[in-house]
Amino acid sequence: MTLSMAAVTYKYAGSTSEALRGVNLAVEPGRIIGLVGPNGAGKSTLCLCAVGLAPGVIGGQLTGAVKIDGLDTAKTSEHQLSQHAGILFQESQTQITSGTPSVWEEIAFGPRNLSLSRDEVIERTWNAVDALGLNDIVGRDPNRLSGGQAQLVALAAVLALGPKYLVLDEPTSQLDPLGTRLVGDTLARAAKETGVGVLIAEHKTDLLARMCDEIAVINAGAIVSRGSPDTVLADPSLRDWGVAPPAEVALRQSVVAAGLTWRGEWP
Amino acid sequence: MRGWTAPLVILAISVFLIIRADVFKRYLPYLAATGLLLVSILLINTFLYPGATDVLFTLGPFSATGTGLVAASQAALRVLAFATSVALFALTTRTDELVDDLERRGLGRRAAFILTTAIGTVPRLAERAREIVEAQRSRGLNTEGGIRARVRGVLPVAGPLVLSALTEVEHRAMALEARAFVAPGKRTVLRAYPDSLAQRTLRWGLVVLTLLLLAFAFSGNLLWLP
Repeated sequence: MTLSMAAVTYKYAGSTSEALRGVNLAVEPGRIIGLVGPNGAGKSTLCLCAVGLAPGVIGGQLTGAVKIDGLDTAKTSEHQLSQHAGILFQESQTQITSGTPSVWEEIAFGPRNLSLSRDEVIERTWNAVDALGLNDIVGRDPNRLSGGQAQLVALAAVLALGPKYLVLDEPTSQLDPLGTRLVGDTLARAAKETGVGVLIAEHKTDLLARMCDEIAVINAGAIVSRGSPDTVLADPSLRDWGVAPPAEVALRQSVVAAGLTWRGEWP
Repeated sequence: MRGWTAPLVILAISVFLIIRADVFKRYLPYLAATGLLLVSILLINTFLYPGATDVLFTLGPFSATGTGLVAASQAALRVLAFATSVALFALTTRTDELVDDLERRGLGRRAAFILTTAIGTVPRLAERAREIVEAQRSRGLNTEGGIRARVRGVLPVAGPLVLSALTEVEHRAMALEARAFVAPGKRTVLRAYPDSLAQRTLRWGLVVLTLLLLAFAFSGNLLWLP
């Protein structure tokens, strides 16, 4: 059982150029896969394709195969897919549905759509609220949140759907260091305790180094490198692909470049 | 002259309920918003009522007539009664609670969503327009000053506003799809609102009363009312 992309090539509707080129990627339950790459490399497009929104909802042309637990995304309805794979978009504000009066009900929106029992909806919603520390804002208007708060609420809303896979497109882009750490810890806990598989597109390589089992680098629509975080994030080519390495790696590279010896520990 | 009873009764009941619900202060802006319409109805009918000859007084080329004044007062009263009953509804009913209850009674999820989001769309568009204006001001576009400057500033705002709204629609559609909005079956209802026997009786009583009044009106049995 995996979320797999096999030889996926994708063109947006009306575009002649390929946004993704021959992408192969697999997310297994309980594992966290980090996706890094410069702006415009195809990270968001890959996320949309991974959950079937592209071409399912936004159109375009996809070749290759995307399967979620054996379900072909091209042949499965979006509401069925949403119970298997949840997605968090880069734009947090447009993920707020605007049809709910409070943050709590915004998070409950997805579980309610699944026609779950009232008790289960309430339990899932509170679990997601607790996981992301949103207790103080549950009564607030979801349309009047800061960018960071909206991002956490949107993530909680996805978690409340209880998907087996989470696809997250820059989930911490508007978060402060504390919020970033909270998201990282929450995802790591979800992967470990509930076996959810996570694909996370991020620029913050420090976060990815801490939480990922595997890193894939995307550039110009193609996966150009993948492997363990230690290997991929220490690759000197990372900068050539427009990705900043984690602070520790950058420091190590600077020390070595200055002709000094890196001892692998802080003085 | 007939035509006073219905709007007066509706107005009296609405104002009584507004006072009882302790929202009279919040009702005043609704009243003020209706004011311009009421004044125009009064002026136009009083001075320009077609065929009326019972002149009360003359102002320049215009003559106020008794027939026009009565017609104007009745029309204004009807508009006021309508506006007040709408204000009573808006001031005492939370949209989300209304939609929740309608959904519990079988309203489809799409209709419920449209009802709730339609109300939130206007402030969101206003917010977006403000952001666009600020962005354009920061790049030197003059959107303040006289009417000409403001009119010139409308076009550069309208284009991005419409385009960004359309882009947002696509994003929101994806967000809804990703949150199982189109899943089959009835959505889970979280809240049940109290619906006492007295409320149910009153509600159904009003429906019956409306039907009775319609029947009486069409059969000519209400002609004795002023």
